[in-house]
Amino acid sequence: MAETATPASQAAAQPSVWRIALRNRSVFWGGLLLVIIALIAVFGAVFTVDPIAINPIARLKPPGDFGLFGTDQLGRDVFSRVVNGARISLTVGAAVAVISIAIGLFLGLVAGYFRYMDAVIMRVMDGLMSIPAILLAIALISLSGATLLTVITAIVIPEIPRVVRLVRSVVLTVREEPYVEAAIAAGTRTWLIMLRHVLPNTIAPLIVQATYVCGSAMLTEAILGFLGAGIPPEIPSWGNIMSEGRTFFQLTPWIIFFPGAALAVTVLAVNIVGDGLRDSLDPRIARTMR
Amino acid sequence: MLFYIFKRVLMTIPVMIVVALFVFMMLRLSPGDPAAVIAGDYATAEDVERIREQLGLSEPIVVQFTKWLGQLVQGDLGTSIFSNKPVAELIVQRIEPTMLLALSTIVFAVLVAVPLGTLAAYRAGSWVDRFVMLFSVGGFSVPVFVLGYVLIYILSLKLKWLPVQGYRSPFTEGIGPFFAHITLPTLTLSVIFIALIARMTRASVIEVLEEDYVRTARAKGQSEFKVLMRHALRNAAVPIITVIGIGIALLIGGVVVTESVYNIPGLGRLVLDAVLARDYPIIQGLILFFSFIYIVLNLLIDLSYSLLDPRIRY
Repeated sequence: MAETATPASQAAAQPSVWRIALRNRSVFWGGLLLVIIALIAVFGAVFTVDPIAINPIARLKPPGDFGLFGTDQLGRDVFSRVVNGARISLTVGAAVAVISIAIGLFLGLVAGYFRYMDAVIMRVMDGLMSIPAILLAIALISLSGATLLTVITAIVIPEIPRVVRLVRSVVLTVREEPYVEAAIAAGTRTWLIMLRHVLPNTIAPLIVQATYVCGSAMLTEAILGFLGAGIPPEIPSWGNIMSEGRTFFQLTPWIIFFPGAALAVTVLAVNIVGDGLRDSLDPRIARTMR
Repeated sequence: MLFYIFKRVLMTIPVMIVVALFVFMMLRLSPGDPAAVIAGDYATAEDVERIREQLGLSEPIVVQFTKWLGQLVQGDLGTSIFSNKPVAELIVQRIEPTMLLALSTIVFAVLVAVPLGTLAAYRAGSWVDRFVMLFSVGGFSVPVFVLGYVLIYILSLKLKWLPVQGYRSPFTEGIGPFFAHITLPTLTLSVIFIALIARMTRASVIEVLEEDYVRTARAKGQSEFKVLMRHALRNAAVPIITVIGIGIALLIGGVVVTESVYNIPGLGRLVLDAVLARDYPIIQGLILFFSFIYIVLNLLIDLSYSLLDPRIRY
């Protein structure tokens, strides 16, 4: 707690959050793996063939002559599709993490600090939490049409309650701290107390939470694509590639295995970074979870 | 105690209303004309009008909501647009495979995860512990359907031990075929649960093992097995049960995917068919149904705390 309870004004004098985090082995190796995947996502398209180019002669070919990962039922290069799918997966993961943390942070601060809003916000969050995330996402997407934006929105909404609960619990602890009471007694404005004393305390647990949200968002995106309820099928996302691979699974299992492995490795990297961050940044959570 | 139960049951009502309101508003707030969205691209003007009437979309919104809520309280989840059957009836028709899959998954996951987590806690830092922690990180990273296909590939296609897909009812088609068909889906779906429960078991048993009463139990010469079972695990039960409750939400999502992979004609398939057919009343009814189950199960888990731990009194 000593680490997280430090007011922002003193934080600069201590080693930065990132420096502490990188000392942790899992953060370092998981982070390295993520950086590599991100580089592949950004620059991979330059070095691969067109992921949507159809080649009727080379249909359902095994890995080898017709590309490193083989080809699908339209003769498209699976390797190129997997490389290009990384970008979509990472975009969705990062976007969902940032948006749901931002909304959750705001609602959590409000619920934790303004007691009269607490009951209302928390009942809404309880309700939202009891709706199965995948069903909610499927319903939202089928109603508003499948685009990258609606998919991200549909994954964000069920993730918000967990962030709100986390922020709220931090705020409830912090507002009892002597330095917050002192600030209130000194007549500091509410928004200034929030900004200077409450907000800094939420940063460490939120960074940890963001990684978990990112990992689960990438999984949800793939599941939606796989179920045929995700982003439009012509976009080569990992979920979509696997969805198309289903029909010929017994014949050509590699169409599902390669994007599946890519997804699993990416989510694993994110989760390893998350676990490492939790251990090094947030001793409070680390104690209860380990 | 009775008063607490009553209070706790009452507390679920606002949550259920929030769920109902959310599901209700989802259709009305979606961009464009919901009746046209549901009718699809090839619908005629009459089709759109018919759906608008059927869903009551032409009435004032408050009237719509009260009417709809009144029907819900009576167990009327609406009527399917395409088959014209009550959604509740469709749910009853498809519930058996889903319930049995969910049940077998929870039973299997608890039977594997609790001993595994306890062992990991008892031998913290050993190879068992490392394996459990590795498994729990990995279990959260592999998507359910990829795992499903890997298992089908190895156990069904290569080794030919188990049937590839499908479902057999234990009531009409016999217990043997039922287990043969439910084994793979159960294995697939339980991995993430084993990860979740084993991790929580490990964490709470480690905490309990440091307690004074565990030291006392050992000091009076009780066997290590009894120390673990009677003192450690019993006192660690509440967080373990809680995490199982949280896992119900995960389970519901997982069931939809698993049923799709294994071609099981349950509620998950009902949802997906409804999405393809844009049969919105079915989707809406199923969301309400699953949320209801989630709320009720978590209520029961909340109430079970005082049975598990006599120190918890209300």
